[in-house]
Amino acid sequence: MTASETTTDVAGAALLRTEGLTKQFGGLMAVDDVDLRIESGDIRCLIGPNGAGKSTLLKLIVGQLEPSAGQVFYRGEDITDLSQHDRAREGLSMKFQVPAVYGDLSVRQNVHIPLQREVSRRDIDAEIDETLESFDLLDEAGTRADDLAHGQQQWLEIAMAAALDPDLLLLDEPAAGMSVQETERTAEYVHRLNDRGVTLLVIEHDIDFVRSIAQSVTVLHQGEVFAEGTIDEIEDDPEVRRIYLGEGH
Amino acid sequence: MASETTTGVERSTADAPDGPLTRVRDALEGPNTLGNSRAFWAAFVALVGFLFVYPMLRSTYYVNNTAFLLASAFLGLSLCLVWGYAGIFSFGQVAFYGVAGYTFGVVSINITGPLGTVAGLTVGVLVAAGFAFVIGYFMFYGGVSDVYVAIITLAVTLVLNTFMGQTAGEQWAVGTARLGGFNGMTEIPSLALGIGDTAIRVADVPFYYFVVGTLLVTYLGLRVLVNSDLGYVMVGIRENEERTELFGYDTRRVKLGTFTLGGALAGFGGIVYASWGNYIDPSVFGLTFAALPIIWVATGGRKWLSGAIIGTFVVTFISQKLSVFGGQFSQIILGALLLIVILGLPEGFVPQIHARLPWLLNRLPGGGDSS
Repeated sequence: MTASETTTDVAGAALLRTEGLTKQFGGLMAVDDVDLRIESGDIRCLIGPNGAGKSTLLKLIVGQLEPSAGQVFYRGEDITDLSQHDRAREGLSMKFQVPAVYGDLSVRQNVHIPLQREVSRRDIDAEIDETLESFDLLDEAGTRADDLAHGQQQWLEIAMAAALDPDLLLLDEPAAGMSVQETERTAEYVHRLNDRGVTLLVIEHDIDFVRSIAQSVTVLHQGEVFAEGTIDEIEDDPEVRRIYLGEGH
Repeated sequence: MASETTTGVERSTADAPDGPLTRVRDALEGPNTLGNSRAFWAAFVALVGFLFVYPMLRSTYYVNNTAFLLASAFLGLSLCLVWGYAGIFSFGQVAFYGVAGYTFGVVSINITGPLGTVAGLTVGVLVAAGFAFVIGYFMFYGGVSDVYVAIITLAVTLVLNTFMGQTAGEQWAVGTARLGGFNGMTEIPSLALGIGDTAIRVADVPFYYFVVGTLLVTYLGLRVLVNSDLGYVMVGIRENEERTELFGYDTRRVKLGTFTLGGALAGFGGIVYASWGNYIDPSVFGLTFAALPIIWVATGGRKWLSGAIIGTFVVTFISQKLSVFGGQFSQIILGALLLIVILGLPEGFVPQIHARLPWLLNRLPGGGDSS
């Protein structure tokens, strides 16, 4: 089934919208009736305590998990029943929480696999070079991905996910385990992608990183949307400070 | 003079960038195969040349035996494709080998003459592919993966072993072809290619050339496949299926296609075997035979086509030499060989040698082009 054959979302022009999205694992309500709306061009950060359901929500959006209830709309079309690969072909891309690069293959081969969907054989070498250059990985083109440093693996996976030229890129903890300098560089990459027209939904715990990239923030708590707004509004919200940010913020 | 491109594949600057030679090499070469240099292709042409003059140098006995050793490579290549490239650990490639061998026997015994063997060859490959498609469909679209694929494919093979073993009675016949139980199906005709009196009976030296020719075409065809976009997706599935699916690839369909092609390839090997010995029996579905392709391919290097071919040839050759001392002795050595490879050379010996080739060649008098 393609998106064009699915139900049209009459609610409007949001790039991504979820309606009553719910995921239950046995007795645990991991995601509970979540209504999310992301406009085209946004950099939305998704924050919340561990176990709040952030990664589960991303997996529901890309189709890695089937929802117990609710729907996912993309460009106004209901994509809830689409397979993962069909969603990717519609323009959704994702970087996993734990870097999921092809460890035994070279950095060049890693980028080749997603990029070949977008680029002809004739142009692919130049395009790989360009992609690696923009993530400062060109010097590592021949390196086995498993031999890269952790931060470089994170960037490689972002480069791979971005190689699909997505409209919506989901990043699950892109700065996890990074030094301050690496985190700053990751923020640069995020801004650069956004400047290219990519909308981003980013899960992150590092609040400084969130502050440096977020145009809007959603706080998830116990599977539910707890608060939404700009980073300043979120940081000023006493209830958010109580459940997540701590009184020191 | 050789130069290095960004792909890591050596190119001669003498080749025109868009010349036919470059286009052929572009299709045949890439990081998914070993041997992407002029030196490799020079050695390859020399080897093929040697294989073509070999029957003029040795007696028919040796030629026949070498043909048998080379013919085993179809089974090795089929496992290499599904396991080495797509990461589908099939313990039952011999099921497709045996089913095609029996099908060839049934068709070629019932339809006499060259037409029967050509029909048997065609139907046998199609039945093996269809059988692999059905099993693959239920496995991959049923969410079966990893070790369960090995268990299911082995179980199918052992069920066939038990079933074919009890077909000794006269009632177990298809037309004039008796299945023969553990005694096997006898009087399977040798392949004959052509029509009527002009057909060439593919036995002895012609059989050898048939095997060399088809193996050459298969190897080059598979090189093109694994270095194509589809080949990259297969390798992506092997490395991380979930990641590959999220790049927009229908991984179940790619796995099913690969498994079906692997079944056809194993089936072709089974037909060549049945035609070579004019015989097939249920031991082709046995546990011992089911384990052999895994030993061949793991020993040579499962992730590389050349590893599978060389591994199959070398291990089968050693096994033959050892069998002089008794079949079980040979099996113990093969088992030990598998253990040594898994523990010491998990990637197989062929990629190890390939990686050390520049070092070895540089120590030869005058050094050499070693890439």
